[in-house]
Formats: sequence, C-alpha cells, structure tokens
Amino acid sequence: MSWDWEFAFEVFPDIVGAIGVTIGATVVAYLISLVLGLVFTLLRRSSFKPLSLLMAGVIEFIRTTPPLVQLFFVYYAFPMSPFTTGAVVLGVHYATYVSEVYRSGIEAVPTSQWEASKALNFSKAQTWQKVILPQAIPPVIPMLGNYLIVLFKETPLLAGIFVTEMLQVARIIGADTYRFLEPIAIVGFLFLVLSYPSALFIRYLEKRSGKLHGSAEKGVKT
Amino acid sequence: MTEEVVDNEIKESENENENIVVSYKDVKKAFGDTVVLNDLSLNVAQGEKVALIGPSGSGKTTIIRMLMTLEQPTEGTIEVDGEMLWHKEVNGELLPADEKHMRKVRGKIGMVFQQYNLFPHMTIMRNCTTAPVNVLGISKDEAKTRAQEMLDKVGLGDKVDNYPSQLSGGQQQRVAIARSLVMQPKVMLFDEVTAALDPELVGEVLEVLKDIAAEGDTTMMLITHEMEFARDVADRVLFLDNGKIAEHGPPSEVIENPQTERLQAFLGRFNNS
Ligand SMILES: Nc1ncnc2c1ncn2[C@@H]1O[C@H](COP(=O)(O)OP(=O)(O)OP(=O)(O)O)[C@@H](O)[C@H]1O
Ligand SMILES: [Mg+2]
Repeated sequence: MSWDWEFAFEVFPDIVGAIGVTIGATVVAYLISLVLGLVFTLLRRSSFKPLSLLMAGVIEFIRTTPPLVQLFFVYYAFPMSPFTTGAVVLGVHYATYVSEVYRSGIEAVPTSQWEASKALNFSKAQTWQKVILPQAIPPVIPMLGNYLIVLFKETPLLAGIFVTEMLQVARIIGADTYRFLEPIAIVGFLFLVLSYPSALFIRYLEKRSGKLHGSAEKGVKT
Repeated sequence: MTEEVVDNEIKESENENENIVVSYKDVKKAFGDTVVLNDLSLNVAQGEKVALIGPSGSGKTTIIRMLMTLEQPTEGTIEVDGEMLWHKEVNGELLPADEKHMRKVRGKIGMVFQQYNLFPHMTIMRNCTTAPVNVLGISKDEAKTRAQEMLDKVGLGDKVDNYPSQLSGGQQQRVAIARSLVMQPKVMLFDEVTAALDPELVGEVLEVLKDIAAEGDTTMMLITHEMEFARDVADRVLFLDNGKIAEHGPPSEVIENPQTERLQAFLGRFNNS
C-alpha cells in the first residue's frame, strides 16, 4: 500500500473535525478525575476505618482492571450515551491515579503545619482548605498535568464504544474506502501536534513549581 | 518521693483562692509501654508565668502538647477554665470529648513552636489574619487592624507583604508570636521558641516575650533553656525530671537555691554561659 497525498488531504478535514470530541472527552474526563481524585484521597484518609478501607478497595479495583473492559462494561450496563460513558469511565479510572498524586502532595506537607493549624483552632475542613491543600497541590501540578497528556492519549479507547473521536472517524473512513494508512497516520500526527506543546507547557510548570512563595515571583496564588 | 507529692498538694490548696485557668489532675502519659509523665498534678493561675525547665526527655514538651490537644493523656484529666479538655461528663461518667467540645476549649489556648511553623504559602499578614477571620469570625478589616497592631508590637509592622521564607529565623518566630497573640488566647504555650535560632537572634525574641509577660494578663507556660530569662520572667519555675515535677517554686528558690542534687547538676550546666 503506498501513500496517497491527495487522499490524505481529502480526509484530513473530516478527521480534524473530530478533534473537538477528542478534546471534549479529555477535558470532561480530566475534570472528573481531578475532583473525584481529591474525594478519593480525602475519603481514604478518613479516620472512620471502614470507610477508608472500603475506599482503598474501590481504588485498587478500579486501578487494576483495564479501562477498555470498564468502558465496555459500563457501556452495555448503563443507558448512557457513548460520549458520557467514555468521559465518566476514563474520568473515574484516572481519578485513582490522580488520587495517588494528591496523596503524595499531602504527605509532603510537614506534620508541623497540622499542629500549627490546631494551635490556631482551625476546624478540620478549614485546615484542609486553608493550610494543607494550598501547600500540597502546587508542587504536584506538573504530575497532574502529566496525567492530562496520558489521558488525552488514551481517548482512542473510546472508539471501542463508538464515540466519534478522531480514531473512530479514521476507522469509518478506512472501512468506506479500504484505505487505512492515511487516516490513521493523520490521527497520530494530530495527537503529536496537540501533545507536544502540552508536554512543553508542563515542563515549564515543573520549572516554575521549584520556586514558589517568596522567591522572585510571589504572585503564585492558589 | 512522698514528700514531693505532699508538697504538690500544698501548692494546690494555696492556689485554690486564686483564679485557676489550667489544671492537670493526676495526668499520666505513656507512649506505648514508655511512661513519660506520671501522676502530674499542676495548677496554673490566671496571668501566671510558669517556666518549665529540665533535662532533655523529661517530659516538658509532652506537658504542654497535651494542653494544646496535640497529645492525648493516657490517664487523668486536664481542665481549662474549669472545663475538661479531653473529657465530657455525661451522667457522672467521663467520656472522651468530641471534636466540637475540644475545639471550644482549645480556643483558649495558643502555642508557639520551636520551628515557628508559619504557613509558607501565606504572606505575613495572611498568616496573622486567616485564623481570626475563619475561626473567630471577625471581619477582615478588624483582623488586619489587630494583626498590624501585634506585628508592630513584635517590631515587624513593615513586613506584612513578605513571605515567611524572606524573613530571618528570629523574625519568623516573632511573627509566630504575633500570629498567636492575634487570637487572644487566655493561655499561651511556648516550647523552646529560641532553640532553633542563631545565638545573635535569640535576644530579639526574648525581648518580645518579656514585653508580653510584662503586660500581665496572658497566662504563659514557657519551656526554656535560658535560665536568666526564666528567672526574669517566671512567677514560678518547675523543674521536670523523669516525668515528674522534681522541684518547683519562685525562681528565687528554684534557680537561685536548688535543693536536689539533680537540679543543682542541671543548673550547673548553664553556669558557664
Ligand atoms: N510521639 C512520641 N512517641 C514516642 N515517644 C515519645 C513521643 N514524644 C515524646 N516521646 C518521648 O517522651 C519523652 C518526653 O519527651 P518530651 O519531648 O516531652 O521531652 P522534653 O522534656 O520536651 O525534652 P527536650 O528538652 O529534648 O525537648 C522522651 O523520652 C521522648 O522520647
Ligand atoms: Mg521538648
């Protein structure tokens, strides 16, 4: 099979047209993972033992089963649109990874910060909100950003449940024209074009997070 | 041994007439199998300045951490303003207090730590206003006014927009003191607040503490290795040894005229400095 530029240019707009679905699914799934990940982390740290154990079990279960299996299962078990199913399942799956990132950030905050909060009589909720999370999250923003890129690259899985993201569109074109090479290559190219700047941006964040609070730029607010 | 216990009890009855703010009753503290405090009974009167001295590991920090609710007593009770801190009495039975109760009582206590423990992500001003606004519920403006007043008092009124990392250790510790003062606690606890400082910065922090002590109304419990400072500031000095109050009394007795060999040996270490 040889490369056909004319065909490539012809199908390019169709595939680019699906970029919105890919990005949409990524953004929705990512937001779910950021919020749910934090909820997972906090519930795991609950002083009510049964709850934290249950949470640990749930997280372990989600993390150790393949996302594609989860996608199929939820797709056939619940009456949700393919897009919703995809975004929710990926979001929940990645929440377990994101939760681990939050945990590492939280554990890096010294015990003395908890003690100082107690000495000022903050409530538990206030301590989290005002003292712990604002210190735990900025250092892990690069790691969180990394998961955004990983998640983005995982969206072709959604083709498995017929979400018309880029790979699915490429497959449809391929099935119609019996030419797969160009559509698939275009999908890869588009992923590269989107991922690479994001990766650069995250590297920039990584550099910045080294110098929070009190160094040259003190405008870093959380 | 028995003599000391009797002695403790005499001191208690003497205090009965005064307004007692903090009262430890037969408090025992163990970490696992290691008992670090035994049958501690101690009353502190309103406005009193109590210095805790003693060798490393004698239990000084543990005593004040239990009052700050950072460490739970194994046995016995602690009262603040006549109210139990760790317990609640329900139908004549002592039950562990819930967080709501503890928060209410804890509000009367403030603490300054050896390592300052400022919030690194907040400016000096926000370090001093976040708790008053969120915990005491006062307005932002009022909190700022109060904080400015306290920061002026510790000589750092011009540092409000800085971050802790931009301050020297001595300055950070003075901020920590101001932050605690803004909350207007009845009792303030100080755990070796100059121990982490370079020698040339110790003086500025001790000066601030002396000023606060001189104002009189705040009850203070200070752990210190600065004997001269303890003598100047304290109304009463407690010498902790092996989890017990081995000697206590006004500085003129305890520091100037130690009775036990242990205390004499302990003080002897400070004489060269
Ligand atoms: N969290 C803990 N777990 C186990 N043992 C502890 C803990 N905290 C304190 N201890 C032990 O309790 C004893 C008393 O400690 P504490 O910190 O009260 O002594 P201290 O008089 O303040 O000593 P220093 O002058 O060194 O600060 C020590 O033997 C210490 O090792
Ligand atoms: Mg100590």
